[in-house]
Amino acid sequence: MARSKNRMSNEINAGSMADIAFLLLIFFLVTTTIASDKGILNVLPPKQDPNVPPPDIKKNERNIFNVLINANNDLLVEGEYRRTAAGLDKDFKDFIMNFGAPDEDAAALYNTLPASLQSQAQRKPDSSDHPGEAVISIKTNRGTNYAVFLEVFDLAKKAYFDVYSERVGLTSEQYRALTGDDEASKALQDKGKEGIPMAISIAEPDKVGGN
Amino acid sequence: MSKFRKKKLGGSDQINTSALPDIIFMLLFFFMVTTVLREQDVLVDQKIPQSSQLQKLQNKTLISYIFIGKPKNTSLYGSEPRVQANDVLISSPEIVQWVNQERDKLPEADRGSITISMKVDKDVKMGPISDVQTELRNADARKVLYASTKKLDKE
Repeated sequence: MARSKNRMSNEINAGSMADIAFLLLIFFLVTTTIASDKGILNVLPPKQDPNVPPPDIKKNERNIFNVLINANNDLLVEGEYRRTAAGLDKDFKDFIMNFGAPDEDAAALYNTLPASLQSQAQRKPDSSDHPGEAVISIKTNRGTNYAVFLEVFDLAKKAYFDVYSERVGLTSEQYRALTGDDEASKALQDKGKEGIPMAISIAEPDKVGGN
Repeated sequence: MSKFRKKKLGGSDQINTSALPDIIFMLLFFFMVTTVLREQDVLVDQKIPQSSQLQKLQNKTLISYIFIGKPKNTSLYGSEPRVQANDVLISSPEIVQWVNQERDKLPEADRGSITISMKVDKDVKMGPISDVQTELRNADARKVLYASTKKLDKE
């Protein structure tokens, strides 16, 4: 017994290496997931009851920001022709934060906004009254390319997320990563959204250039 | 006899395990390389468009995938965009049935929050997509994720 203790081993004990490798193996087996579950979330409107006529929504024309995309992938933004969607996010943001004719609630909302957002209110009479009223409407043809539609939809989302994140002092990236699982992130999420609903309407495409 | 005994005394009585980690590592690499998470053949073209405002879904079990694109095998399925759910190409009216099947796989509490991830090819037109969305509305699966990859900013 004593003799074997005294004898120096000339090898490092590598027995635990196997355990480490096993741990790694199990780690990979458990955590490997497909990384493609990312995308742009959208909630479709509920099914239309054929017996109930669609609600007649009276909205001032100035509160709707119209984007039409035709089968040639050309854009018509508020009656103005555009070739590409570039820069549209800025227009969306200006439209949402216009505060042209705020009511009492909207004025109170305006006062809670950080100065950087307040300064963006252009108060144009022919643009939206306040964020609660503003609606972005995207209409396509059946022949419109999906990629172009998604680009415009993406920019509309960007405008809203920019506003939300600026309001709570995060970057847009950080705001979108909020899960809402725990209290703190839920509170931040709600604080960003409060009073500024994400109103992006996607109209049924009309039958031009498609099948 | 005595010759052999002498030799045995000098040897260690432990099995040499130094090669064991190598074997385990080989297993590890084997699994890392060969693990295919979704045993599913995609029968349609999939060039996913890029966008910037990506969100990640927390609960992956709630997601069901639908693929839309031009069939890869055009001689068999034609060149018009088709919808693939699970392993087969389906037509629009079958989507409601498919959604209900997918919903039945979920635990009862989660059935309302089923999310459809739409993996749509870049070159598809809005027509087929709108048809699919109408069916999804009929099936009351209204949470939709337009699958997309990260766009690199060129500003």
